[in-house]
Amino acid sequence: MQQRILIPILDNEIAPRFDLATDVLIISLVWVDGKIVDREDKVVVLDHPSPEAVCRLVIVHTVNTVICGGIEGEYYDFLVWKGAEVIDDVVGSTADAMSVLLAGELESGMILQRGDSW
Amino acid sequence: MPEVDRERLIQFFTQPGTLSGLLDELPIGVAVLERDGSILLVNGAYESLTGVDRARVTGLRCLHSLRCDFCTRDCPVFAGRSDFPIQQVKGNIINRERKKVPVRLTVAPVFDEAGEQVGVVETVTPVSGPDDYDDPEAGSYSFGKLVGKSPQMDKVFRMVPSVAQTDSSVLITGETGTGKDALAEQIHRASDRADGPFVKVNCGALPDTLMESELFGHAKGAFTGADQNKPGRFRLAHGGSLFLTEIGDLPLNLQVKLLSFLDDKTIYPLGSAKGFHADVRVIVATHRNLEAMVRANQFRQDLLFRLNVIRIHLPPLRERGVDITLLQDHFLRDFRNRFNKKIVGFTRNATDLLGEYHYPGNVRELRNIIEYAVNFCNDKRIHLRHLPAYLHQVSAVPAQEAEALPAPAPAPVPPPTVPEAPAAARASETWEDVERRMILDALVKAHGRRGRAAEILGWGRSTLWRRMKRYGME
Repeated sequence: MQQRILIPILDNEIAPRFDLATDVLIISLVWVDGKIVDREDKVVVLDHPSPEAVCRLVIVHTVNTVICGGIEGEYYDFLVWKGAEVIDDVVGSTADAMSVLLAGELESGMILQRGDSW
Repeated sequence: MPEVDRERLIQFFTQPGTLSGLLDELPIGVAVLERDGSILLVNGAYESLTGVDRARVTGLRCLHSLRCDFCTRDCPVFAGRSDFPIQQVKGNIINRERKKVPVRLTVAPVFDEAGEQVGVVETVTPVSGPDDYDDPEAGSYSFGKLVGKSPQMDKVFRMVPSVAQTDSSVLITGETGTGKDALAEQIHRASDRADGPFVKVNCGALPDTLMESELFGHAKGAFTGADQNKPGRFRLAHGGSLFLTEIGDLPLNLQVKLLSFLDDKTIYPLGSAKGFHADVRVIVATHRNLEAMVRANQFRQDLLFRLNVIRIHLPPLRERGVDITLLQDHFLRDFRNRFNKKIVGFTRNATDLLGEYHYPGNVRELRNIIEYAVNFCNDKRIHLRHLPAYLHQVSAVPAQEAEALPAPAPAPVPPPTVPEAPAAARASETWEDVERRMILDALVKAHGRRGRAAEILGWGRSTLWRRMKRYGME
């Protein structure tokens, strides 16, 4: 089974704004028998900030989960309607976010850089 | 540069009875930061504007708390500059309700008596600015988020400026989806309180006990789990407007407290004998018939008298005639730009169907219909086949009294009935049109999962794949 996670980023952190991010990290995981057997990280660089372009990436890459900071309701609702799980209002590094996500503990509103309980 | 005495700085800004109290009294958002942009403290207006909890953002870098477009673009604090002139800019933030709010931001360095920079102070205030839904092509027919040129809406638009300039309570009535929230926000934006906070509370969203704490706040130790003081929404709205939506759902015991506040403008947090004078204008909205609720002893008559100083009724969309076409074009432009489509308009049949429909969900429902159609339209024009199937199946119902309509807004895409062709299919539509629409409806119902869509249609996966390819729907 394949799982794809998309994270708009600023350096190595989750970007504070979904609509202003120009770098987008797409992580593809291949699961076999409940274990990750392959992982590919790809950074897509947009030539200018475009929330519509990020939404298109979610659809084109059949992303299962979007992890982001602040996102407008319009885009949130659209992505949810398209079948993606959106975990928004998250603060922290992409590495921490992935660790917590894979532990099944990531929730909207978490501040990971100060070690929110998880 | 010497190390900052962090404790001293916090003490300086939080001495009891001095600065901390003063900061919370201010109607503008204030954040005190360390030199590197880490948050030391924020005031109540900042919490209200951004939606953050002050206890959770202490220590966080300010760009993750404020989420302003200025943060990563030009902010000297983010760029690591230690000596910079005061910055005063306009920008926008995204608050915790997922709304973009235009703001005016000031970033100023703070120096000690020796002239060393010890921190940064940010102030942030909401400003009336261009709205996400402002439509330049709607021109004189748009008023903030509200769009219309019917006589009923023209009357509403003409009332707002004079209503905004008073400080009286306002009661907005109208069916679900008619734009009550947008009107309340517009009244606030047009008032002298526009630079103060606009705080919205849905009175039906929380159980009684939580709602009381949410509205009026609580003191530390007021109940189990109250481990710190919490400012209620009234306090957060200090200097601005408090919008209570679904006021008909407010429990009777809280109606008494609201009436008491309207009398003396003082709030008493749960577990506290100390009152706080809140300078707040109250705007309320409901889709219910409050007079009928008074007769049924479900709403206090004296509170209705206090709230009913100015009353504005928003008409249902089915009574707004020309506004249906105006709004469908307005939403088409909005979603066309958003989804990068090249759609120029609607076919005559589609326009006719949209004009005949009765819209129990009003403007919100029309908006959802257009969003659905733009998503699935790959032609130059939106045809019947691009509209949700339920539009073809619902016969018009007689208009009902607004107050008697507790109709919830429909889901954006009600489940279509497939694979039967809709009875109301137009003569001009071919079987291909109908089949294409059936596929779209099944895909929506299956949330885009083709396997499930094929099951719904009673087809094999390969049949669905071939037909989608035939219609260019991949």
